[in-house]
Amino acid sequence: MSADPTVKKTPLHDVHEDLGANLVDFAGYLMPLRYASETAEHQAVRTGAGLFDLSHMGEIFLSGPGAGAALDFALVGNLSPMPVGKARYTMICGHDGGVLDDLIVYRLADETWMVVANAANAAVVREALVERAAGFEAAVDDRSDSYALIALQGPRSQGILEGFTDAPLGDLKYYAILAGRVAGVDALVARTGYTGEDGFELFVDAADAVGLWRALAAVEGVVPAGLSARDTLRLEAGMPLYGNELTAETTPFEAGLGRVVKLDKPGDFVGKSALAAQAQTPPGRRLVGLVARGRRAPRKGYQVVTSGGAPCGIVTSGAPSPTLGTPIAMAYLDSGVEEAGLAVDVRGRQEPVDVVALPFYKRP
Amino acid sequence: MSVPEELRYSEEHEWVSGLGGEDGIVTVGITAHAADALGEIVYIELQPSEGDAVEAGEPCGEVESTKSVSDLYSPVSGEITAVNTAVVDEPKVINDDPYGEGWIFKVRISEEPGDLLDSAAYDKLIEEA
Repeated sequence: MSADPTVKKTPLHDVHEDLGANLVDFAGYLMPLRYASETAEHQAVRTGAGLFDLSHMGEIFLSGPGAGAALDFALVGNLSPMPVGKARYTMICGHDGGVLDDLIVYRLADETWMVVANAANAAVVREALVERAAGFEAAVDDRSDSYALIALQGPRSQGILEGFTDAPLGDLKYYAILAGRVAGVDALVARTGYTGEDGFELFVDAADAVGLWRALAAVEGVVPAGLSARDTLRLEAGMPLYGNELTAETTPFEAGLGRVVKLDKPGDFVGKSALAAQAQTPPGRRLVGLVARGRRAPRKGYQVVTSGGAPCGIVTSGAPSPTLGTPIAMAYLDSGVEEAGLAVDVRGRQEPVDVVALPFYKRP
Repeated sequence: MSVPEELRYSEEHEWVSGLGGEDGIVTVGITAHAADALGEIVYIELQPSEGDAVEAGEPCGEVESTKSVSDLYSPVSGEITAVNTAVVDEPKVINDDPYGEGWIFKVRISEEPGDLLDSAAYDKLIEEA
């Protein structure tokens, strides 16, 4: 455990300690890596329900008559036409087109939007939004510290959550959000997540977090799940992680996410000319899925090599897949490389891998 | 976390039992602290097999968990007399019972190791980590 006094604690810190969580410093927050068995936590989300503390994520609000236009200028997506109550996956890029963060943007009201940023990038996103919104009638308000975020993920999520709310969850579509009361507290209930399962993300006042967590955790079969399970779940679902698949040196097109860049939206946006040029140029590398034939997991930073032993790519994420029972990985593969006969250099030994389409896992 | 008093420990988080026994054979495993820090162990590879020599402080295998992979070091020098094939087949046993069923290999030691830690010193090491 870190004794670094600058490490922040989430509103649920005491709950994690009571549960005996293995706590680690993640993006400047003391976060639960796992409570008991990360594999059991992973399986609970695939088959039942898992409960996550995501309070380290950043919640940045944009409001005002120009908020939609400000987001269209600041981000690569076309947000302003999005109806109230919807959410969209998008990115914030630099002038050179490099990815500063991947985001989910929720439209909460005509003139109110919530941008959810990765914890490690929240400050960068906030500063970029403040700078880029300057010419618009829009106020930027970082409420990351006043919000807690709890995710209930897994096929049983809706049934469980219905026991705590009258909100019409059955009508709430994937990538949509509503405001309601959950377990007696005000919450923004979003049908989003990062696990490849159905599930909900609950944004609540920091002071309400412990009560809501305890209510949900008391349901039989709801398993508290840590960052370790979250990582294998999102990897199986083929979802990129900032810092691994996405970085400031990555283009959205290399990551296979060119579709989120709306070059045809009206008006200019930050990074447009660089991204337009990248869209015209075949990427030098592309993100692929790898399944190992052996038992050794390709890990972040390991080299992908051809049958002749020549380096031809780099692993960005990898782990033994609890669902598939074999090690899986995402990797950037140089363009034009023959996919047959590839291997990953696992600590000096070449372990054969097969290239597969992402995601590795799709919910039934 | 428990640090059994009767064992000796390396700074690389291996434990040794049976030092000073008449047959000169010791048993080696990894500590509960190490197993817990690694997470669920999914793969273990031991490079030397029965009859091969190991050198104290030298890598002799790898331990892979859901989250990471790390080297396994031999805490003693000597000849391997047995390998626990049960943990090779089912590495999770190391998490479940690191000081018992989860033992990894046995060594007939060629010299008495001088730099192993007693339980108090090892406890201090992991407290400070």
